[in-house]
Amino acid sequence: MYTDSMKKSIEVVAKTRQKRLELAKSGKPVFTPMTAEERETVLSNFHPDYKAESRRTVNVGPNKGESLTAEVSDILEAHSRIQPQLFDLSRPDYETDMLIIGGGGGGCAAAIIARQKGVKSIISTKLRLGDSNSMMSQGGMQAAVKPQDSPTRHYLDILGGGHFDNKPDLVRALTEDGADVVKWLEELGVVWDKNEDGSLQVLHGGGTSRKRMHSCRDYTGAIIMRTLMDEVRNHPDDISVLEFVPAVELILDNEGKCAGAVLYNLETEEYFIVKAKSTIIATGGYGRLHIRGFDTTNHYGATGDGLIMAYRAGANLLYMDSVQYHPTGSVFPEQISGFLITEKIRGAGGQPVNKEGELFVFPREPRDIESSAFIRECVERNKGIETPSGRWGVWLDSPLIDLIHGTGYIMRQFPAMHRQFFRYDIDIIKEPMLVYPTLHYQNGGIEINDRCESNIPGLYVAGEASGGLHGRNRLMGNSVLDYNVFGRRAGEYASGYVKSVKLKSLTLDHVDKYEKELNEAKIETDRVAPVILPSYTPEEVKNRQLTAHYEGTIR
Amino acid sequence: MATTKGDSNVSREMVTVYIMGNAHKVPADATIMTALEYAGYQIKRGAGCREGFCGACGTVYRLPGDYRIYSGLACTKLVEENMWLSQLPAIPGNKAIYDLDELKANVATIQKLYPEVFRCVACNSCTKVCPQELEVMEYIQAAMRGDIERVMDLSFDCVACGLCAIRCPAEIIHYNVALLCRRLYGKYLSKESPELEARLNELKEKKYDKEYEELMNMNQEDMKKKYYDRDMEKS
Repeated sequence: MYTDSMKKSIEVVAKTRQKRLELAKSGKPVFTPMTAEERETVLSNFHPDYKAESRRTVNVGPNKGESLTAEVSDILEAHSRIQPQLFDLSRPDYETDMLIIGGGGGGCAAAIIARQKGVKSIISTKLRLGDSNSMMSQGGMQAAVKPQDSPTRHYLDILGGGHFDNKPDLVRALTEDGADVVKWLEELGVVWDKNEDGSLQVLHGGGTSRKRMHSCRDYTGAIIMRTLMDEVRNHPDDISVLEFVPAVELILDNEGKCAGAVLYNLETEEYFIVKAKSTIIATGGYGRLHIRGFDTTNHYGATGDGLIMAYRAGANLLYMDSVQYHPTGSVFPEQISGFLITEKIRGAGGQPVNKEGELFVFPREPRDIESSAFIRECVERNKGIETPSGRWGVWLDSPLIDLIHGTGYIMRQFPAMHRQFFRYDIDIIKEPMLVYPTLHYQNGGIEINDRCESNIPGLYVAGEASGGLHGRNRLMGNSVLDYNVFGRRAGEYASGYVKSVKLKSLTLDHVDKYEKELNEAKIETDRVAPVILPSYTPEEVKNRQLTAHYEGTIR
Repeated sequence: MATTKGDSNVSREMVTVYIMGNAHKVPADATIMTALEYAGYQIKRGAGCREGFCGACGTVYRLPGDYRIYSGLACTKLVEENMWLSQLPAIPGNKAIYDLDELKANVATIQKLYPEVFRCVACNSCTKVCPQELEVMEYIQAAMRGDIERVMDLSFDCVACGLCAIRCPAEIIHYNVALLCRRLYGKYLSKESPELEARLNELKEKKYDKEYEELMNMNQEDMKKKYYDRDMEKS
């Protein structure tokens, strides 16, 4: 499958492999990790966030005047999908204690905990239950379980990885709940990778000082997500699931408390009003906005809908100037460009090397550092490998893994990765993979505290949609832990809240008010948000759709 | 194969595919999913993760002059010349409702919740259709024997696309049987980790509270020093 020039470079990589294997077996770092100054230099010169055109000031809403990722400012400076005067809010279609927006890991965890607390919920989700980035995480979940590790050491690794911008209460909650989440998931039936004696298998991830990445082969997210979904489906009397029915606007009461949402059925095109005592946003991230034109690892519905809904209702956003590019996105073959290649590959000893087969960076720097080093190797040092479609990449030398751990390790631990490349006649046991950074994660989000409360009473946020936990750079394996820890916390604290809250009359005035603000800021645009789905319809086709009506990207 | 100019002025090799019967020219290197979008379809049902993990995009197709019916995941299967294809927007598959806490990890549980498993005629249709190339029939046979560990092991990479269930003459919902068995294994058969219990006890005794207080009140300079000085576990 590889081209002739790639094959030549692969031969060079094979020649340096033995030496690199010896280095790996020595137990010492195979390349010197960067100092604080070196990190700063490579980030400011090569990380896409640091380019001036990556950001622009947002001119409306709670974060007005702040410089945010340009594509985020775009969706914030956009019109609502609805006209509030068309809705009779005194006649809700559904009434519930808890509305959970988003059917990924965080939403399902919240519903399961709420049910245990005697609270009924509705999960509204854009695609099917479980269609989420949670389903796609491959490598694993961090949690400090081993005796040589500790939750406070996990805390320190996270703060350094996030450039010390993380909110301490959130990091404490994450690291302190970690071990309990491992146990909780096992009791729900998650099959963790274990050693013969029952101890949990752990590996390193980027930026970790102890091995604490727990995995389910390289289907970690799929195993956890299907378990949580199955548990949700076991309680149809307490948890109602509405699929292909995304939320498009939050509803407040006239005291400013969150009181539910307007839902839109993608198939019948009907709108529904949900009156809810509490609302949890668990809508995930925004990879499908294709920030800076990058391919993404994210699922089809990852368009940052929760951000704009909460923002219109008055919620603060945090660190929405920071984007995570995963170092190892696939760049060849073209059909899988942008797809995730799990960090577990490097955790298990896979090394990034340039076209000369040379190591050029410590393989497990935090993601933003590692990505920037890959970009530098291609752009500045010209030691990348070009693909026929004009993309660049560096090699991720996977054949080392079986040499380190023994034959059969890749087949046992990386069935998804092996399958993904074998479809294109590339055997990652024998040949390296070509990689380049790919758009992966929304580092920031809606600001919350360790009870998942936003600044709007009754509005809770869990998982990737929230901001503050990861600072300006998330470490590997902390997102799986994040949606479990904070999904559970959102379910718990929102359940407590519904027992005392009294809703007043419902309103969508904030939507009108926001529209006025757009006018006053002289923002003229035909953008609408939430985006809901990306459009991949070619321009040629669109030009022939002479009578089609588009609302944003949706026909 | 025809070659036409695309909008980027790069010559692309094109093939004809029949999307639910209608002919469309699409790039020869497209997956079924990107071909659908190239042809102007806005997918609502039939796309999820787009990387082979979620099972939303099961697709059936036939090729000219070939009696067989083929299937695959639209996100990973490449188009072929004159392929006649249709996506399956959703697959009906009953799921047993159960309380995991009250189940036992044995064959009686499978008999009770999914009795149709025992109608398996060992035709191997499920294995032949699996886009993940799993030994589906083998794990159904294991389920009949109550070998839950083997079901877990063989079904681990299942994406629940449901293609097995629509081909099965015994009308088994394989992927739900597999999910039940994996959950039974994780909860009841997987060996407990003593380290995990020890850590949970430490947390219960609030062993780390003091360290947390110190870290959370530390100034950034000291924190940076502590971070860059920390020791690394050997890989």
